[in-house]
Amino acid sequence: MCSGRVDLAFVLRAFSNGTDGVFIGGCHLNECHYITDGNHHAASMVQLCKKLLAHIGVNPTRLRMESLSAGEGIRFAEVMNEFSGDLRALGLLGKGEGVDEKDLNFRLEAATKLVPYIRLVERERLRVRFNSVEEYENFFSSDEVNSLFKELIADKLAISQIMALLREKPRSTGEISTALGMDPSEVSKHLINTAKQGLARFDENEKRYAPVSVRM
Amino acid sequence: MDNLPAEQLAGNFGDVMIVGGGISGIQAALDLATAGFKVYLVEKSPTIGGHMAQLDKTFPTNDCSMCIESPKFVECSRHPNIEILTYTEVESIEGEAGDFRATLVKKPRYISESKCTGCTVCVEYCPVKYPDQFNQGISSNKAIHIYFSQAIPLVTYIDDTCLYLKEKKCKICQGVCKANAIDFNQKAERMEIKVGAVVLAPGFEPFDPRLRSDYGYGKYENVVTSLDYERLLCATGPYEGEIRRATDKNHPHKVAWIHCVGSRQVIPGGKTYCSAVCCTYTQKQVILTKDHDSEAECTIFHNDIRSYGKDFERFYQRAENLPGVRFIRSYTSVGKEIPGSKNVTIRYSTPQDGVKEEEFEMVVLSVGLNPPADFKSLANKFGIELNSHGFCKTNPVNPMETSRPGIFISGAFQGPVDIPESVVTASGASSLCGALLNYRRGKLAKKRVYPPERDVSKEEPRVGVYICHCGANIGRVVDVPSTVDYALSLPHVAHAEESLFICSTDSAQRLATSIREKGLNRVVVAACTPRTHEPLFRDTLREAGINQYFYDMANIREHCSWVHSKEKEDATQKAKGIVRMAVARAAHLAPLQEFDLPVHKSALVVGGGLSGMTSALSIVEQGHEVYLVEKDSELGGMARRIYYTLEGLDVQSYMQDLVKKVYRHPLIHVYTDARIVEASGYVGNFVTKVKSNGMVATIKHGAAVIATGADEYKPAEYLYGQDDRVLTQLELEEKIVHRNELVMNAQCLAMIQCVGCRQEDRNYCSRICCSHSIKNALKLKEINPRMDVYILFRDIRTYGFREDYYREASDKDVKFIRYEVDNKPQVEAVEENGKSVLRLVVTDPILGMELAIDADAIALAAAIIPSAASKEIAALFKATLNPDGFFQEAHVKLRPVDFGAEGVYLCGTAHYPKHISEAVSQAYGASGRVLTLLSHDTVTASGSVCEVNESECVTCGACITACTYGSIDFYDTPQGKKARVNPVLCKGDGLCNTVCATGAIVLKHYTDEAILDQIDAAVPPEFPRKEANSDEFRA
Repeated sequence: MCSGRVDLAFVLRAFSNGTDGVFIGGCHLNECHYITDGNHHAASMVQLCKKLLAHIGVNPTRLRMESLSAGEGIRFAEVMNEFSGDLRALGLLGKGEGVDEKDLNFRLEAATKLVPYIRLVERERLRVRFNSVEEYENFFSSDEVNSLFKELIADKLAISQIMALLREKPRSTGEISTALGMDPSEVSKHLINTAKQGLARFDENEKRYAPVSVRM
Repeated sequence: MDNLPAEQLAGNFGDVMIVGGGISGIQAALDLATAGFKVYLVEKSPTIGGHMAQLDKTFPTNDCSMCIESPKFVECSRHPNIEILTYTEVESIEGEAGDFRATLVKKPRYISESKCTGCTVCVEYCPVKYPDQFNQGISSNKAIHIYFSQAIPLVTYIDDTCLYLKEKKCKICQGVCKANAIDFNQKAERMEIKVGAVVLAPGFEPFDPRLRSDYGYGKYENVVTSLDYERLLCATGPYEGEIRRATDKNHPHKVAWIHCVGSRQVIPGGKTYCSAVCCTYTQKQVILTKDHDSEAECTIFHNDIRSYGKDFERFYQRAENLPGVRFIRSYTSVGKEIPGSKNVTIRYSTPQDGVKEEEFEMVVLSVGLNPPADFKSLANKFGIELNSHGFCKTNPVNPMETSRPGIFISGAFQGPVDIPESVVTASGASSLCGALLNYRRGKLAKKRVYPPERDVSKEEPRVGVYICHCGANIGRVVDVPSTVDYALSLPHVAHAEESLFICSTDSAQRLATSIREKGLNRVVVAACTPRTHEPLFRDTLREAGINQYFYDMANIREHCSWVHSKEKEDATQKAKGIVRMAVARAAHLAPLQEFDLPVHKSALVVGGGLSGMTSALSIVEQGHEVYLVEKDSELGGMARRIYYTLEGLDVQSYMQDLVKKVYRHPLIHVYTDARIVEASGYVGNFVTKVKSNGMVATIKHGAAVIATGADEYKPAEYLYGQDDRVLTQLELEEKIVHRNELVMNAQCLAMIQCVGCRQEDRNYCSRICCSHSIKNALKLKEINPRMDVYILFRDIRTYGFREDYYREASDKDVKFIRYEVDNKPQVEAVEENGKSVLRLVVTDPILGMELAIDADAIALAAAIIPSAASKEIAALFKATLNPDGFFQEAHVKLRPVDFGAEGVYLCGTAHYPKHISEAVSQAYGASGRVLTLLSHDTVTASGSVCEVNESECVTCGACITACTYGSIDFYDTPQGKKARVNPVLCKGDGLCNTVCATGAIVLKHYTDEAILDQIDAAVPPEFPRKEANSDEFRA
């Protein structure tokens, strides 16, 4: 098994369990122990996951990947001490971010649901190959990726979360906005879109949005 | 086991004895044992490993040396056909090829190897400190100790500094040893073994600079050798990877290296040859020093820089371009030690500044490689001849052959070589042994027999957890009994117990019994690392009659007790966590079958040059058919244009013999004018279509050897192609042999080196041209001693014994003029005194003057470039090319003739330019590797491979693009096209799993379910936030 086997879903699962940090160790880039350069996949996944975490309000520092060879025991210890120091400084997951625990779990849940979709997006639009971690970082923080991320993932995630909330009970734009920590105008835009797609409707009596029941 | 008399089946009868357990001996042992021979691996020190184990990193990839070598130790120790005899020396040997009798003497370790568990408690209590040999005496060790922590066998030995051995005092170790392994009554044991062949792999001895007082080694403490420096760099070294000075334990900031210490010196105490590895290892040390301290100032005093190997030139540039690194071309001597600071001065001179003396905080002597210390007695003992340098005298067209039939050599005993060459010659020697002993292959080889596997598919998981104290290693930090109790409380756990040393031979047997008696169907061993111990316990499961994949390992030593020795309580909690995770995973484990695939016992050799033919012959001599494919109408390749070597071999008559042998051998099928049109299949089962003379032949073969050679670059520079008097070296050689007038009548002939390489578009050194030019220069001088011969060079790279010919050329008045790359020589045709000459203008960098040479002919050392066919062949056999277009081996150091794709091997100049003797070594090496495959009827594929759940597959093809091995394809099913995995090609990296949107493709043994459960188990169930993750919010 290769570091490239480490799935986005694994990382999200760990955070859903309340883990305060996730560390991924892999071979040095371009020194793959297979011949597949799966560590490049991992490096890319980590950058994408960091974006996702930041988007749902989790400090992306909580996810760290390092290239470490079996001969670098001392470096490994340094990295571990540094990382646990970072995590201590951040505080407990959610508390450190000032996000309510339930809200956070809810958002992680929504992100996890999106994993199959993200795989498709990653394959179609975000499959890149660089020779250093810096290049991966630069690419994933570029305007190009930011707008792609917003267009392809962030909006989906928002709608997925809104729908999950509505399935519990009808809610107003303001209630949704508070629950998700999202700008009310954004929420409103998504609600209008979901209504257009026939996923939700505005209940005039309750003055709230409610999901449209699924017709089989 | 037939055909052999009973006495031969007794314990002392083997096929091959390998003397020397360094990397070369290890590789020879593994190749031979895998190819069906019983091997005795005899090593005089307490462990196998040799010098490679002492190195920090290896050039040019800077891989950790121990990390890549130690898995080979374990492989050797677990191989049923290898018997390792450490601390043992050969006393005498009698007999002849096929029937040798060797008398061995095993020195007393004062330790029972079978009882010692390697727990090292005794080492802690031993009161005697003495300089640690493994750390070059820089730090100290105890009289009882393990040579290094990855030693094989991993048992202690007692040195003669022991108080009891010296004065009958102490015996503390005996008191603390729980395994009763210490035995002061041990005596040297003499034993006789009978073998059919011998491989000598005694390695080298580093040059001892004490012999030369002018380096100050042994006098000034801050002068160290390069091997000392390796230990200083290394994490397992005397200061745990910190570079410190002996005098004040400070980090040296200003470090100098002196090249050619003990090499290329014609003075008493020195060696005349070039040690071949020092230039590049120095560059490695410089790069690593800058890694340790980016502010370090590194100065390298050098002669020629000999970056002649694959990727060495880039490595050199990498070192040279680091900030604060100076390469200074100068002869040097160590000046004095500064009182107080204990800094050391070096005197050197540069053309700009003249003689200078500069102070350094540390001086590293790049020492050369000497023959083994006992080379004379070695030669006497084995009845072999040595060369004038004390290395083994070998056959120029077979560098693994000694003067005595049946005795072969590998590694640095043939002369100074680096690790890949040591590995190649090991595989080559094993091929030669194989040809000699083919008649008895497999007769002594053992195969393990296991009981049938119990079907547990109807059973609920019943997990057994075995928690090891590892002596005190785990037990003194982790509360093992409470961890056992905790394990019993976990779901599915049917049994848990503790063990003092679960890995000891008797514990492993008890484990097997316990699995059977308790009816367990999953096993977790909580102990050390799977890297070394998983094979052992998997084997134990097989012996207990359950599938070997029902096993997981919880590493509570490296991951826990060793790093948390001061936090016992927390460490116990963590150990419980690690066990909990392993149990969670174990419940999901499924029985997997490693399946056997039949092997087509024939090989395809692509390329009918020297390497291809040599390799083909070596394979057929071991009884396997070979299909030899050559693109030209004649066999011979580049060697057809070479007439003699530096050492005086008549290449053409050798080649004629070789071609004859190839054509006459009934098992070799030659295809000339041939092209490969299609290649498919996988290890053991390739199918290749070859078009030759209008016919297409379909060849089934188990292995393939790529020996497609290289080409000579056609220069565009220096009037080549415009003026007939400008030749390449190959053309010059032809003209010399045919006594061509141009060359015969020339009064002055100039040679220009590095034409078309060592420059931006071809950033490598062609390795052979310096020797080639000197060879032709010497020939010209032999024909006409009055001829003026000039060689215009950048660095003369006559590595190894070829240095002697460089000196000879110099003595015979061949004039060597260095030029700088940014100031290349200019050539024009001019009339001088009514005679047309080629005028060469070059700036001598030492004199700083322009020189003009009027030559009658010019020979260009044109680059060796990859063969035009490389790309096509690489694509056909899924082989990779390096950035320069040469074939890329699986691992630069340890798998130099293998490809990443299994069953495909590499040799000759297709790999990189090389001399004839090197190409021959590599050709034998490739055959040796081929035989490790073809000597078996089947190949075993791992059970941990991917599988497609077809009903989930949406035919998107994401998995196919993620797979580098090409193991996934679509096939037609009644439900339409679905992906399928060829388990033989799948290597189990699992990349396809992460791209599959529907989760249809599954890596067995590492399924999503198992990993997710393991992740869940990472958080203790009592952890409050687990509760918060309930469905309450959504309800």
